[in-house]
Amino acid sequence: MTFTLKIWRQNGPADKGRLVTYQVRDISPSMSFIEMLDVVNQQLTLKGEEPLAFEYDCREGICGSCSLVIDGVPHGPDRGTVCQLYMRRFPDGATITIEPWRAKAFPIIKDLVVDRSAFDRIMQAGGYISVNTGGAVDGNVLLIGKDQAETAMDAASCISCGACVAACKNASAMLFVAAKVSHLALLPQGQPERTKRAKAMVAAMDREGFGSCGNQYECEAVCPKSISVRFIAKLNREFLRATIEEPSPLAEQPADPHDESH
Amino acid sequence: MITLESKVPHGPLETKWDRHRFSEKLVSPTNKRKVGIIVVGSGLAGASAASTLGQLGYQVDCFCFQDSPRRAHSIAAQGGINAAKNYQDDGDSVERLFYDTIKGGDFRSREANVYRLAQVSMQIIDQCVALGVPFAREYGGQLANRSFGGVQVSRTFYCRGQTGQQLLLGAYSALSWQIDRGQVRMHPRTEMLDLIVVDGHARGIVVRDLVTGAIRSHTAEAVVLATGGYSNIFFLSTNASGSNVTATYRAWKQGAAFANPCFTQIHPTAIPPSEAYQAKLTLMSESLRNDGRLWVPKQKGDSRSPEQIPEPERDYFLERRYPRFGNLAPRDLASRAVKHICDDGCGVGPGGLGVYLDLSDAIAQQGLEVVQERYGNLFEMYQRITGEDAYKTPMRIYPAPHYTMGGLWVDYNLMSTVPGLFVIGEANFADHGANRLGASSLMQGLADGYFILPYTIGHYLATTKSGPVGTGHLDVRAAEERVTNRVARLLRGRGRQTAASYHRSLGRLMWDLCGMAREEAGLKKALEAIPALREEFWHEVAVLGSGATFNQALEYAGRVADFLESAELLCYDALHREESCGAHFREEHQTPLGEPLRDDANFSYVSAWEYVPNGRPVLHKEPLVFEFVKPTMRTYQ
Repeated sequence: MTFTLKIWRQNGPADKGRLVTYQVRDISPSMSFIEMLDVVNQQLTLKGEEPLAFEYDCREGICGSCSLVIDGVPHGPDRGTVCQLYMRRFPDGATITIEPWRAKAFPIIKDLVVDRSAFDRIMQAGGYISVNTGGAVDGNVLLIGKDQAETAMDAASCISCGACVAACKNASAMLFVAAKVSHLALLPQGQPERTKRAKAMVAAMDREGFGSCGNQYECEAVCPKSISVRFIAKLNREFLRATIEEPSPLAEQPADPHDESH
Repeated sequence: MITLESKVPHGPLETKWDRHRFSEKLVSPTNKRKVGIIVVGSGLAGASAASTLGQLGYQVDCFCFQDSPRRAHSIAAQGGINAAKNYQDDGDSVERLFYDTIKGGDFRSREANVYRLAQVSMQIIDQCVALGVPFAREYGGQLANRSFGGVQVSRTFYCRGQTGQQLLLGAYSALSWQIDRGQVRMHPRTEMLDLIVVDGHARGIVVRDLVTGAIRSHTAEAVVLATGGYSNIFFLSTNASGSNVTATYRAWKQGAAFANPCFTQIHPTAIPPSEAYQAKLTLMSESLRNDGRLWVPKQKGDSRSPEQIPEPERDYFLERRYPRFGNLAPRDLASRAVKHICDDGCGVGPGGLGVYLDLSDAIAQQGLEVVQERYGNLFEMYQRITGEDAYKTPMRIYPAPHYTMGGLWVDYNLMSTVPGLFVIGEANFADHGANRLGASSLMQGLADGYFILPYTIGHYLATTKSGPVGTGHLDVRAAEERVTNRVARLLRGRGRQTAASYHRSLGRLMWDLCGMAREEAGLKKALEAIPALREEFWHEVAVLGSGATFNQALEYAGRVADFLESAELLCYDALHREESCGAHFREEHQTPLGEPLRDDANFSYVSAWEYVPNGRPVLHKEPLVFEFVKPTMRTYQ
């Protein structure tokens, strides 16, 4: 197969960036999209040109490294990651445009590589259950219904690739934050910090410069793990709940607990 | 000169770890604040260790080459994690998990380490539940289990086919908390390129910032390597493309012994290779073998489609060879059986490199819905890659390099032969002997990181006086210079070949000569070919771009260069081990029926190789003493 590729090249954050056209030949339909780009890079290297920077790692759709917008759609025409996209999906002779994730909160490092550390900072703001190692009770002490565990797992499947942000015209990270907040809010272990978590993660999301949700559902349409926008509704409920619960009940308790008996 | 002291405590097996923990000295809480620890790697072992050490009050610096600690390759583990909970009441116990692991490893691991692993396995599950890992549950709300290869009880906990992902996200969330608390400083996109040893103790690392290209040193009181395995030495493997040997190999060159490098696991169930440019083999979880049956047509070269081949003309070769374990035979045996049957010309698919993994019986018996719920994501993945619908026609699978049991030698405290250098997870050699059982790597990574290292490192820190080491120290500057020179040398590469082409050549050579079956002549041939290939690499490789920017070609070329050196170590080890044990199969040592012949009289030891500058590595032996189990011929028939 033969393709014309229009690929975004940008030599660093300060560079302006542009689409450069490349031709590739002798591509087999059973080659993965990333293997096809390996061929491009081999050609460039042998010509003495600097190869294209793009990210991938596990190549089996779970690490969330790969991040290409293909013909305007994050991860390309199928609902899966780029690393699991195969060239048989494209007609021979096609022109394919390849761009990086575009969002203010994901600055470009080079070519097709962006900085997604904003997601890590959102997680650090509250995407955890603060339990120490050691001393955990037996796992069966907490009974969690199958359906509940499955729904939590649906949310927890998020691979933090950022396609949701790249697809959204507001560059909103609502689906990502919703998945993370919902996963823990659905489990009994997550209850003690439920309120605090929802508020802290939403605040961190805003701080990082992600836009707000416009209910267009583009995020769900491109999510390689099929995370449902229903979790965004869940996040909205969690956030509302957190606002209503303010101030925290502890603050209203009498300063001296013995006073209660009076 | 290296001495191998295992430091295994004396006395009864059951109480070794408890007694050892009590005898270990502690670091006082106020002193912990003054102690810096470097953790390299952020997979299950690294993230769990870094978060636990941070929680204990140490000043932790954690490094990973990925853009986020959450992307470490543990994320890709599919099947599950073992624990001796005996929730199914099917006869499981700590003793049984211990015995299964020792036997599965073909009696080439340390009893005390494996017993400890089995003991802490239960705590791991509880800890992960507490962190919010959404393990599969039964309708009544209890934790669900599945079975796995090499065992007869159901002790594997799982999160669909994404167990590694969920366990890693659990450890990552704990790590995120400690980062938020300021106890851990995270350094993503930062690659360790050398170890700093001062007065014989590991005191720091030299790293390259992968975004700016800056080469910097970090010093601390101890260094923990959690940098994974080296299966990518075979080029085509199930590992992530970034997985590499550099950190452990560089530590080896600074004096850490490398143990059992030839114990490399070939996983039986990966999607077969189909393509010359293919750069990755994709694993289909071993859990499929619970419900799937492996078969090939009895007749060689039978080109009928699978559904046209009637039952009597199919050879269910694992059930035939291993009637007791059938399709659940351990990985090494299953992989070799697949290889043999394909070598005999019965393989299916392109090049005859494949066998059927057929779930149609399970679909008929349990219903499509059950199978879909259990394995749906794997079927979907298979379809994406091959374009075939495995619900209609059986999957084809072929073995692929997957895991390395070998790694840096560590004692019972997980410390290498360089004092102050600890090695955890897949990067060490400790617990799996010559073959790892399914669902045991996640267990070991988390055992080391959450529950073992945090204790043992304390004793080292409490009993070692270490003065400050500044970045201007001579040894630090020498290490930095080594790195700077090497990076500069790579960047001078203006030849006409890509690093990938050398990686591919090395991989093919290793797969052919030091892969699933090895023999003396082939290994000697490999030992001649590798230095020649390496020589050519340094003359002919092209590494474009600058060292002062984000440069993936440079990163990759450095990793390939280290594979090209460490490959020799694998071959030396495979050549010297004149027996077949676990994943290491020497053609010269097999029964007439093709079963492996282990030689306990001569090879019941851990081989630990010492680096000698400009010379052949020197072999040291740690004898394996079996006080509690009697090594038997490993039979699964």
